[in-house]
Amino acid sequence: MSARTTSGVRLHIVTGKGGTGKTTVAAAMAMALASGGHRVLLVEVEGRQGISQTFDVPPLATEEIRIAGAAGGGEVWGLSVDAKAALIEYLQIFYKLGRAGGVLERFGAVDFATTIAPGVRDVLLIGKVYEANRRRAAGHHSRHDTTPAYDAIVLDAPPTGRVVRFLSVNEEVADLAKVGPIRSQADSITQMLTSPQTAVHVVTLLEEMPVQETVDAVADLRAARLPIGDVVINQVRDPLLRPRELASAAKGTISRPKVRAGLEAAGLRVTDALVDGLLAEAHDHALRVAQETEQLALLDQLERPMFRLPVNPDGVDSSTVREFADLLTERGWTGEVTG
Amino acid sequence: MSTRATPRAPRLDVDALLADRHTDIVVCCGSGGVGKTTTAAALGLRAAEQGRKVVVLTIDPARRLAQSMGLTELDNTPRPVEHIDTTAGGSLDAMMLDMKRTFDEVVVAHSTPEKADQILANPFYQAVSSSFAGTQEYMAMEKLGQLHQEVRANGGGGGPRWDLIVVDTPPSRSALDFLDAPKRLGSFLDGRFIRLISAPAKAGGRAGLRVFNVGIGLVSSTLSRVLGGEMLRDVQTFVGALDTMFGGFRQRADQTYALLAQRSTAFLVVAAPERDALREASYFIARLETERMPLTGLVLNRVQQVQASGLGAARARAAAEDRTDDGDHLSAGLLALHADIAGAADRQRKLARRFSVGHPSTPVVEVPALAEDVHDVDGLRRVGEALAAG
Repeated sequence: MSARTTSGVRLHIVTGKGGTGKTTVAAAMAMALASGGHRVLLVEVEGRQGISQTFDVPPLATEEIRIAGAAGGGEVWGLSVDAKAALIEYLQIFYKLGRAGGVLERFGAVDFATTIAPGVRDVLLIGKVYEANRRRAAGHHSRHDTTPAYDAIVLDAPPTGRVVRFLSVNEEVADLAKVGPIRSQADSITQMLTSPQTAVHVVTLLEEMPVQETVDAVADLRAARLPIGDVVINQVRDPLLRPRELASAAKGTISRPKVRAGLEAAGLRVTDALVDGLLAEAHDHALRVAQETEQLALLDQLERPMFRLPVNPDGVDSSTVREFADLLTERGWTGEVTG
Repeated sequence: MSTRATPRAPRLDVDALLADRHTDIVVCCGSGGVGKTTTAAALGLRAAEQGRKVVVLTIDPARRLAQSMGLTELDNTPRPVEHIDTTAGGSLDAMMLDMKRTFDEVVVAHSTPEKADQILANPFYQAVSSSFAGTQEYMAMEKLGQLHQEVRANGGGGGPRWDLIVVDTPPSRSALDFLDAPKRLGSFLDGRFIRLISAPAKAGGRAGLRVFNVGIGLVSSTLSRVLGGEMLRDVQTFVGALDTMFGGFRQRADQTYALLAQRSTAFLVVAAPERDALREASYFIARLETERMPLTGLVLNRVQQVQASGLGAARARAAAEDRTDDGDHLSAGLLALHADIAGAADRQRKLARRFSVGHPSTPVVEVPALAEDVHDVDGLRRVGEALAAG
């Protein structure tokens, strides 16, 4: 692999199978990017209010609000994009519609465009991200003022099974809209998404199904020429037994007298049931570790940088985001695409 | 030893549910990544091996799980699952939903051949049928309705081909979108937008509706500007061709919705013992109650099992530190592992208890976390046993 090259990623798209902690990781990335005084926008597009739950703040509306402070004066802002609101805003900005927006809404045209018309919904959702990415600090799209409104944007994207379709807005509308504003908007979005400004990060667990989905998603992202960033492995357990002990645990050959002696030395009341139970737990643990090793090898073949985040024995809460942000930073995560 | 989270939660008796001949549909819903499809497949297998004639309808299974049931293609055809025990007289078929093909079949069934050809060739139809965010939900319900007709029908004297359908819900952002899909599509097709777009002149022709006329002009011109004239024309052709089918669509959507609300349907909400998954589960339960859908219970998947149950987490942690200090890595490792396991089990128990306090009448069944992933019929059978024993 060649030396690390800074490519200037501004848009971080985070995907992963359901249940892998994708939203928590996206939040942690936003926090890590904000530290040192940066302004970062964290966006969700599925209306699940995952950001508000993750940060323990009131539900997000359709305007951007500051949701957390980061080290060195950094700020994380949150936005829950709603396709309807985005369409009406879009119409106002580009067509100066005035009350026509309301008429469209009353006639069901907004519902039509945002739920039935294929691809239009995704164009609108990513379109909002596109707009935030281009926006200048003053709030205008002026070419002369070069300070961007946000230093980086993190998008909590749909899960792995749907992310490539979501990002392939051009393909979605290609057959329908060969010309027209939706088409040109789709073209600009695709240009942004396939540029070195963008990185798609995939969150996974070391389990068969999430890893399979990660491998499939990376292949599909490559085929769609979307720039792939890092693989984040969540809920990693520290090895509690050494390799030799794991091997014995798997085979069921751990010395019972040795374990019994150790437990007695710790002052525990030792019964056969306790020894059996601990050995059974070690056996299952060894199977799990072997399976994780296999899955790790599959991820290794993707040849993307991998970052590990630990399982939190107390479960995920609002402090997990900061903890993960610190860990990502400590482990050298920058979100830049290397290669 | 009881593996139940709390004595307060009524126990969900899976075998009784599957044995009840009045139950002919089981719907598994829940957020992504909680083992919904695995649960559906395991329930189907268990019911089949206990004598029911089962078809499992999966929407978007993980590849390995699909392979475990012998599903290699997405072709809308229920196929027998091999390597199952049929001595009780049951059978198991499984199928993956082909969204587009199902939609095509609906079109062909509800229009004249010429109209059907016209619709199938329309670019807007092709896009809607393969990518509209709600099509999958709608077609899952359509397919469920079709399968259910076969359940009710008596095939050639030998009885129906199936007497139980187990369905796994689509992986939507909100997994209950499928409840809304028929209504949403129905109201769209019935709505004045459709009338307007299909026949603007007719809709605006009524006397005295000048405001309406102004509205139509605005809507048409804006749509044309936003979507582009070509797309608008495709939409108009599509809607025009579909005109005769509206009634059929609406009727089927209503029928399927009514079918789901019947007492012969059982909704199982699947969750993992994690904060977010249980919050989603509470949301699903509230939705099902609002819609008066028959909620049967909660399947709490992947519950941490403690095998050395006599030793608490804190005590194990302290003992592990003691052994580390003495350089006894083996005992220290075993104790630290146990401390993690017991700690996780404690936390999950608290979450489950809190859930049951909030939903005192919702029966719960717990399924232990398995050491290895499921990818064959034996694995599914073990999950089924755990579901029944929980």
